[in-house]
Amino acid sequence: MTHQEIIEDLTGRYGDNIFDIHEPYGLLTLTTKRENIIDLLQYLYNHKTLQIQFLTDLCGIHYPDNIGNELGVIYHVHSLINNIRIRIKVFFPLTDPEIPTATGLYATANWMERETYDFFGIIFKGHPNLKRILNVDEMDYFPMRKEYPLEDQTRRDKQDFHFGR
Amino acid sequence: MSQIQVTGNQIQAPENQPLLQQNPETPKYVNELTTLNLGPTHPATHGIFQNVLTMDGEKIVSGVPTIGYIHRAFEKIAEHRPFYQLTTLTDRMNYCSSPINNMGWHMTVEKLLGITVPKRAQYIRVIAMELARIADHLICNSILGVDSGAYTGFLYFFQEREKIYEIYEEICGARLTTNMGRIGGMERDLSDTALAKLKKWVEEFPPVMKEFEKMFNKNRIFRDRTEGVGPLTPERALNYGFTGPNLRAAGVDYDVRVMNPYSSYEDFEFDIPVGTTGDTYDRFMVRNEEIWQSLRIIQQAIDKLPEGRYFADAPEYYLPPKKEVYRSMEALIYHFKIIMGEIEAPVGEVYHSVEGGNGELGFYLVSDGGRTPYRLHFRRPSFIYYQAYPEMCIGTTLSDAIVIMSSLNVIAGELDA
Repeated sequence: MTHQEIIEDLTGRYGDNIFDIHEPYGLLTLTTKRENIIDLLQYLYNHKTLQIQFLTDLCGIHYPDNIGNELGVIYHVHSLINNIRIRIKVFFPLTDPEIPTATGLYATANWMERETYDFFGIIFKGHPNLKRILNVDEMDYFPMRKEYPLEDQTRRDKQDFHFGR
Repeated sequence: MSQIQVTGNQIQAPENQPLLQQNPETPKYVNELTTLNLGPTHPATHGIFQNVLTMDGEKIVSGVPTIGYIHRAFEKIAEHRPFYQLTTLTDRMNYCSSPINNMGWHMTVEKLLGITVPKRAQYIRVIAMELARIADHLICNSILGVDSGAYTGFLYFFQEREKIYEIYEEICGARLTTNMGRIGGMERDLSDTALAKLKKWVEEFPPVMKEFEKMFNKNRIFRDRTEGVGPLTPERALNYGFTGPNLRAAGVDYDVRVMNPYSSYEDFEFDIPVGTTGDTYDRFMVRNEEIWQSLRIIQQAIDKLPEGRYFADAPEYYLPPKKEVYRSMEALIYHFKIIMGEIEAPVGEVYHSVEGGNGELGFYLVSDGGRTPYRLHFRRPSFIYYQAYPEMCIGTTLSDAIVIMSSLNVIAGELDA
């Protein structure tokens, strides 16, 4: 199936719930709403010709200036039979960072979602074990969000003279 | 099992009942579940990860892996560094095959910037990447031997890896964290000495490899330790997001080099070895066979190595050769701009993946037109494999769990990133 046919197929089923369709560097990219995301993934999974059954990557993103849609989750799915990749994005507000989990469909989503939760604080509803994976459990913030700079360049406790340098 | 409640790692008998009953219907002893910490620093974990295994006698009942001990926040650091400085981070992910990570990263940026790399540079990259793949598989397979009690193969292969490192050294000056590529090509051309060393090694290595295979492939003890251990069906492997040798051992012939060729992989002839059962022995054999295929690719690349430039005509992104910096004003300006990280990338998002040492290594890069990536996410194959580990271990013994972990080739640097 060409990209055009996929777009027609998906918009026929989901209508306005799929928007912002473009192809940066040849990869079909589309945005959907979080109500449809699992349904969309399921539909692509069970699709007779597409058979997109491989979740390549799942990660989060934070746009602090995009009021109302600050947080996002990006899925890269792949059909190993047709060699078609699709990038699906979902955006939702920072105040309500919840999205249904994809672990029911892909076992691999388990740790990817834990990583996304760990870094961005996105809560995957229905996840069997949503807790931090790479950072310590006691951490009370989500370090990949943009409001946390890498390190405070003005801090004085790390200056050289404290270490005899 | 009788009426036993498990809380933490303590066994409590049900209330008002002695633990050992003299009831003839129940066994005289009660199976006690043991909690065993495999790791974080255990010689067989090859890195720092902890596995809390619950064992019923010798059988593993469940396992909970904990990672994150060496998490270095690469994705966060990446948001604060110019594109060309990021190579040093990718080096340190899968340190067994760092050229593949480097090249994958450079190709991602080149895709974003729209740079076409000359054929010669592409072929040199292929050579570097296949050498890295061989080095990666050498380590994985020989350590699988060590973990099953066969030390000799490890000594054989470490010597060969040393020779590969000498070739790296000849190509770029470094051994472990190679950094040999640049955005737009290679840092320097493949020298005659490097080529001679490479040719010599390609001739000398096959007898060693044959000897290694003779030692292991039909070894009764090794086969008993690995055959049927930790098998995974193709459906389960795909659902777990497996790629690379671990997926191919389960019988799915997915290889990024064939499916989405990059860096002129389409010019070379090679086969994709595929296993049948997905057990530890198949993973071992798939890696062995891939070493042969990589040698084939290297041989073809040496034979067909085109003449020409080893870097693209992209002065804004490719650091000019030093002698030009001394002579020409443009080169000096570009040199300064690149070193100071003044180069801005176009707005866009790109996903590029390469076939890493242990699977599809992907880079998802979002650029907002700045000097650093807005967001960079590494699809790290080890991270994705390791979550299947408990499932593969359940029902096996501790010694099997060790070889399963080795055969998965989980590299701590890539797992934690």
